Amino acid sequence: MQDRRTLTDIQVNETLTNTVLKTPLLWYVILAFMGGIVMLGVVAVGLLVNMGQGLNGYNRPVMWAFFLTNMVFWIGISHAGVMLSAILRLAQAEFRRPATRAAEVLTVFALATAGLMPIVHLGRLWRAYWIFPYDFSRGIWPDVRSQAVWDPHAISTYLIGSSLFIFVALIPDLAVLRDRTTGIVHSIYTMLAMGWRGTVRQWRLQAIAGIILSALLLPVFVSVHSIVSWDFSMLVGVPSWHTTIFAPYFVIGAVHSGVAGVITVLVLMRWLFGWHDYIRREHIDSLARLLFVVALAWFFFFMLEFMFGLYHQEGTEMVVRELWLFHAPWNAIFVIFILTAFVIPVPLWLFRSVRRSFPLMFFTTILVNVGMWLERFLLIIPGLERKHPFTFSWGEYAPSIFEITIITATFALVATMILLFARAFPLIPLGDAKEARVLRDEIRIGRRTVQAVLREE
Amino acid sequence: MTVRTEWDHKWSMVVDIDRCTGCQACVVACQAENNVPINTEDIFKQSRAIEWIRIERYWEGEFPDVKARYLPAMCQHCGNAPCEPVCPVYATYHNDEGLNVQVYNRCIGTRFCANNCPFEMRFFNWWQPVWPESLRNQLNPDVTVRNRGIMEKCTFCVQRIRRAERTAIQEERDVKDGEFAPACVQACPTGTLVFGNSNDPNSRVAQLMKSDHPRRYRLLEHLGTEPNVVYLKKVDPYLKEEAHNGSH
Repeated sequence: MQDRRTLTDIQVNETLTNTVLKTPLLWYVILAFMGGIVMLGVVAVGLLVNMGQGLNGYNRPVMWAFFLTNMVFWIGISHAGVMLSAILRLAQAEFRRPATRAAEVLTVFALATAGLMPIVHLGRLWRAYWIFPYDFSRGIWPDVRSQAVWDPHAISTYLIGSSLFIFVALIPDLAVLRDRTTGIVHSIYTMLAMGWRGTVRQWRLQAIAGIILSALLLPVFVSVHSIVSWDFSMLVGVPSWHTTIFAPYFVIGAVHSGVAGVITVLVLMRWLFGWHDYIRREHIDSLARLLFVVALAWFFFFMLEFMFGLYHQEGTEMVVRELWLFHAPWNAIFVIFILTAFVIPVPLWLFRSVRRSFPLMFFTTILVNVGMWLERFLLIIPGLERKHPFTFSWGEYAPSIFEITIITATFALVATMILLFARAFPLIPLGDAKEARVLRDEIRIGRRTVQAVLREE
Repeated sequence: MTVRTEWDHKWSMVVDIDRCTGCQACVVACQAENNVPINTEDIFKQSRAIEWIRIERYWEGEFPDVKARYLPAMCQHCGNAPCEPVCPVYATYHNDEGLNVQVYNRCIGTRFCANNCPFEMRFFNWWQPVWPESLRNQLNPDVTVRNRGIMEKCTFCVQRIRRAERTAIQEERDVKDGEFAPACVQACPTGTLVFGNSNDPNSRVAQLMKSDHPRRYRLLEHLGTEPNVVYLKKVDPYLKEEAHNGSH
C-alpha cells in the first residue's frame, strides 16, 4: 500500500537538520525577497507614524478596516497550531507527526503578526503600551471592561503558552544540534538544550510536559478567538456585528483557515527542503479529511449567521445582506468568497486523488485562505458602512496603497520568521520521526502486508 | 468662602424639531467656539468632516411632493453610554454632571468608541489640524486644540459650564437657569435648542423633557443608551389632514 524507504537514525538526523547545518541556496533567495517586502511595510508604518492615520482609507463610519480584518485573519491562521498539535497529540493520531512543529511555529508567528495589527491601526501607536497595567506614573489602570484590554491579554497568554509548547518539543532536537555544532553556536544550543541526555526519565518528562501543555492550551485556543470575536459582537453600536453566534463562528472559521494554512506550509516545506520521506501523501490525505469536516462545520455556521439576519427582518441587518448580494463591489467579493472558501475546494477534497496530490492540495488550501480573508472583510466592513439606521451618515470604504502594502508585508513577515526559524531549528521533530519509525510495524491482512502503527495501551 | 466641588447638576438638551429650519447657524457657532478644524470640500467628500453638531437632512415623499426634514444631531451624552466601557485607557468616562467627557491626553486612538456609538457622533483627527494664518487669532483660548490621532466630540461646551460654575462659586449662589448656553444654543435663531440643568424641576429644559410630553422621543431609544438629549417631534399639519381624510 505505502511504499516508503526505511531510514536509519543517522539519515533522519541528517536530512531533518539540513535546514540548520547546510542551508539550501533557495532559502537565501526567498528570504531576501520576503525581507524586502517586510522592509516596504516597515517604511509604510513609519509614514503612518509620521503623518497620521489619514493616509489610510478610513472615514467616519468605517473606523476599522483592513488592519483589523487582517488581525482576525492571522489569529485564525494561528489556531491551526494548537488544533493540530494539541488535539492530535492527545488523540495520538499518527499523521500529526510531521505537521506538529510546523503548525506550532505557524501559530506563534501568525499570532505575533496578528498582535501587531491593532497597534499599527492606533491613532497614537507610540502610546500602545497604555493598554497594559504598566504605566504607573499616570496613576490610571486600564479599563478592564474594554475588549481592547481583553484582547492583548488573551493574545499574549496564547503567545506565551504556544512558545513554551514549541520549546518543550524542541529540547531533544536542540540536543542533536548541540552535538553537531562547534564554537559559539554550540554553546548557545548547549544552553537551550538544558542538559538533555536522552535518558528514559527525560523522555518521559518531556512527553508528560507536552501532554499537560496541550491540555492547558486547548481552552486558551477556544477563548482567544472568542475574545477576538467579542471585539465585534459586543458592540451595540454596530447592529450587524451584535450577534451571539460570532464567538463559535469565529473559532470554527479560524480552524478552517488554520488547518488549510498548515497544509500550505507543509507542501512548501516539502518542496523547499526536499523532505519527501517525511511529509508523505498519507499525511496530507489525513489532514485533508480533517479539513473537510471542519469546512462543513464552518459552512453550517456561516449559513446560520447569514440566515439569522434575514430571519428577523431587521432593517439594519437586511441592509448589510443587501450590500453583500446586490451592490458592487461587495457582491463580487461575496461570490469570490463563497467560491474560494467552500464551493471549489470542498467538493474537490472528496476525491482521494486530490487529497493525495501535493500541487492540488496547495492550490485548494490557498483558495480557502483567500476566501477566509474575504469572509472577515465582508463581516467587518459592510456592517460599519451601514451601521446607522439614519442613512445620513452611511459611508463607503476603499483601502489606500499604505494599507495594501502593510497587509502584503504581514504575509511576508510570517514567511520571513518561519524561514529564520528553519535556519536555527529543525521544522520536523527528529524524535517524533524516529518514534514513528520504531512504532511502525507490518501486519498481514489477508494476502496483503500492511504497514500499521501498534502501541501499548 | 467654601469652594464647591459637588453640584446637583445634570446638563441636558431639548431639540424641538418643529422649530428647526435647517439654517446651520449652530454648526458654524460650534465650529468657532470649539476650535474645530476647517472642513473643506474634499474633506466632506472623504467623509472625514468633523462637525460636533450637524444638521442631518432627509427627504420625504416623491417629487414634486417632497419635504425636507432636518435633524440637528450632536453627542447625546448617553446616561448608559456605549462608548465609555470600550475605551481601554479611560479616555472617555461619565462625570457626575451627566456629561460624557473625552480626555484628549489619555486617548490612544483605538476608535473603539466611535464604532460603538450608534449615533456616529465621535470624530477622529486623521491629520494634524491646521488653520489658515488669518484664523490664528480666532482660536478659542478656553478650548484645547486637539492633536492628530485622537477622538473628539461635542462637550456641551464644558468650558462655558465651568465658567458659569466658577462665577457662581465666587458669588456664593447656584447656577441660574438660562444664565449661560452652549454655542449652538446661543446661536439658534428659532429656539430649537434648549439647554439647562434637568435636575432642577423648574428649569425650562426640565419642563420640556417631562416624560408625559406628547411629542417627546429620544434617538434609538430601543438600544437603552439613555440619551441625555430629548427630541420633540415635528408637528406636520398636512400629515394630520391626510390622516383625517383617509386619503391613503
